[in-house]
Amino acid sequence: MGERAVAITGLGVVSPAGIGVDALWEMLLSGGSAVRRIGLFDASGFPCSVGGQIEGFSARSFLPKSYRKAVKVMMRDIEIAMAAADLAFRDAGIVTRAAEGERMSIDATRLGCNIGAGLISPDLDEMGVALTTALDEEGRFSLARWGAGGMNNLTPLWLLKYLPNMLSCHVTIVHGAEGPSNCITCGDASGHLSIGEAARYVAENRADAAIAGSAESKLNPMGLLRQGLLLDRLRTAGPDDPAAWCRPFDADHAGTVIGEGGGLVVLEALDRAAGRGAKVYAELAGAGAACDPGGIDVTKANAGSIDLAVRRAMDSAGVGPEDIDLVVAHGTGVPEEDRREAAAWRAALGAAADRVPVVAVTGAVGSLYAGAGGPELAVAAKAIREQVIPRSVNFARPADGCELNVSTKARAASIRHAVTGAFTVGGQSGACVLRRCET
Amino acid sequence: MRRRVVITGMGTVNPLGHDVPGTWKAMLACRGGFGPIRQFDAATFPTTFAAEVRDYDLARHVADADRHRHAGHQCRFALGAACEAWRHSGLEDFAGLDRSRVGIYLGSGEGSLDFWNFTSTIVDSWAGGKVDTVRWAALARRRMSLWREVEQESNMVVAHLAAQFGVRGPAFNVLTACAASTQALGEAALQVRRGDADVIISGGAHSMIHPYGVTGFNRLTALSVRNDSIDTASRPFDLTRDGFVLGEGASVLILEAREHALARGASILAEIIGYGASADAFRITDQDPDGAGAAASMRAALADAGVAPGDIDYISAHGTGTQQNDQVETKAVKTVFGELAAKVPISSVKSMVGHLIAAAGATELITCVLAIRDQVLPPTIHYATPDPDCDLDYIPNAPRKAKVEVCMSNSFGFGGQNNTLIVTR
Repeated sequence: MGERAVAITGLGVVSPAGIGVDALWEMLLSGGSAVRRIGLFDASGFPCSVGGQIEGFSARSFLPKSYRKAVKVMMRDIEIAMAAADLAFRDAGIVTRAAEGERMSIDATRLGCNIGAGLISPDLDEMGVALTTALDEEGRFSLARWGAGGMNNLTPLWLLKYLPNMLSCHVTIVHGAEGPSNCITCGDASGHLSIGEAARYVAENRADAAIAGSAESKLNPMGLLRQGLLLDRLRTAGPDDPAAWCRPFDADHAGTVIGEGGGLVVLEALDRAAGRGAKVYAELAGAGAACDPGGIDVTKANAGSIDLAVRRAMDSAGVGPEDIDLVVAHGTGVPEEDRREAAAWRAALGAAADRVPVVAVTGAVGSLYAGAGGPELAVAAKAIREQVIPRSVNFARPADGCELNVSTKARAASIRHAVTGAFTVGGQSGACVLRRCET
Repeated sequence: MRRRVVITGMGTVNPLGHDVPGTWKAMLACRGGFGPIRQFDAATFPTTFAAEVRDYDLARHVADADRHRHAGHQCRFALGAACEAWRHSGLEDFAGLDRSRVGIYLGSGEGSLDFWNFTSTIVDSWAGGKVDTVRWAALARRRMSLWREVEQESNMVVAHLAAQFGVRGPAFNVLTACAASTQALGEAALQVRRGDADVIISGGAHSMIHPYGVTGFNRLTALSVRNDSIDTASRPFDLTRDGFVLGEGASVLILEAREHALARGASILAEIIGYGASADAFRITDQDPDGAGAAASMRAALADAGVAPGDIDYISAHGTGTQQNDQVETKAVKTVFGELAAKVPISSVKSMVGHLIAAAGATELITCVLAIRDQVLPPTIHYATPDPDCDLDYIPNAPRKAKVEVCMSNSFGFGGQNNTLIVTR
């Protein structure tokens, strides 16, 4: 991929399965699902009122004391990223600026950051408190009154709660990452694209390490409106237990459900990691990206030419379909998207598609949107580290047109290469190839 | 193998013009694009004016405009700019183009909230100090619409360009606030350099001239509030500057592997030789007062380009016209350029076009390419009162003939993401 090999040395995942990559991993081994009735707010007015929520979560305990008051300018997307960053750096054994009073164990100017984000949903209650101070005599909103003073009921830093680059910015500030910093906003593909770009920082010697991945929460009224009522991608009826609702590639798939979460990984020059005796999950061996001109029509399912992204990732890793031992797919559970994605994996892998086990994370936690890529890649890394193929939750028998070897039970296996990819509404895709590190 | 990356096409839609020639002409004539906000009634807002794109008709720029009938406000600007750049590059008529090797790398902003519908659903479902989400869902379902919501996603601009040009290469959108399109162009150049694509459609688009956009910047006290002197409100580096003037628009450049461009006989406008990126890692609200992050970005770009500060003939400044930015940027230039800082001409075209936020950097890079082509530097207009903390050569109030071979363009985003590009003939 570049002049230097890149290692994955830290994983930080925050998902409905719980805090930490192990909570998600255990859920994938056991075949459970964290999807349930939404309890964060009254969702009964929406056709879909189930989702994957992170219970009792705040970023406060993942922040240095001096930075905790900043959570009031963090939307949930940002809080998820802050927790994931803290977990990932600790897992990697890298001391950052967050350890107050300690010296950073890496040159700050050589630490990069690339965190994918979504369109951060406005907090309706926060808006309402301010908007209702600008009503006219008949109780209707008055733009004149808003401009003349109503807007002053929003906190001065209000805009900064919603800028997608604030995930990266808060992370760079807390951890002292002064190297290249970016924020990719390509929906569900954001995580894979961010990790691929950050890997090049290291491979091309623009940084020695980078924190990369993605986070998002659409588990709010705006998310349910846009994804459910308007885009019609959410499942609206199903078994009594919502845990069974999200069924990627399964014959009974009938739409996705909204989850919230994210994952960040520490990427590091392999020689640096080896030199300090760090635990290496896998090598980030290749990355690819693509798009589909058909993505402009969001009323039709589209897999973003993910077959091309996967092929490019394999090319940059110098491997072919015969080398791949595991696929961590995106698997939204939207029937036509599942079919198109399955066809794309078959196009990318050819005959190897009959053999290679496929795992989708979505059945366990719901669709994490921009937040999906980080956890999907973390699962691939964990599978290589453990040499275990987890279950694809809620898969029993294949849907028509989804002829993939979807994993129905966790099992030990020899995994040298894993490939993971995701695509988004709008038609972009990204993929990454991970390689077992022999040293 | 490090492939050389050239620029073979440029397009722009902005408050000064709807194409590159018109924009450049306006800049060399020292014209500003400012006026009272027309897109909504801002009469009572702290800031009542902006730099708006006026009388723009997508159908005059795009043959099949109906295909983009759902496109959001910024996306319409992006389509006009991209079609101009594409025509300019000659790729439209190049039969041998492999469209799977054509990528897109944009720094597009978010679209605006559906203001009146969004606002009214909240007000009408307000009960007991919070939104009744059941009632809100019912109202929102009736009042809000699919396309109006979807087009707020910044990746939809990428989707429209992919459809317009039928491409399947690597596709990205980055949104690092005011640095976004400079960052997109820099990362796109790296994609071409390493061979991930032969051609990349790159640049940015944005409009925050809507009630919540102006609200957000007014609450941050980032905007000029000179409502009584709109025409001269944007005053980068002047002692009396009081904030930036919000603009809107899009700028797109076609980046191409030099060998690919030469093989098809394209005319080469300039070469991107250096890119640098850094993070302040300081505060979300303020720039590092020493300008260390901005300096690191400039130094990284110089190192990448393999040129020395003395080789730079012109710096296109971020130059927003806020007290803080212009002071910090000046300090950072002095840090990097040392004694040469007083000699290198610097200007901020934001004094004329306003601050296009995510689209600013790409617009400014176009002016660098034109400066090299025409051997003339665009000015900083409205410069009247020197600031002791901003004591460099800002090319005040009139364009200047100069020998221009190598230009540097800086963009610094809210939150501390810094990006620098270096282009040459």
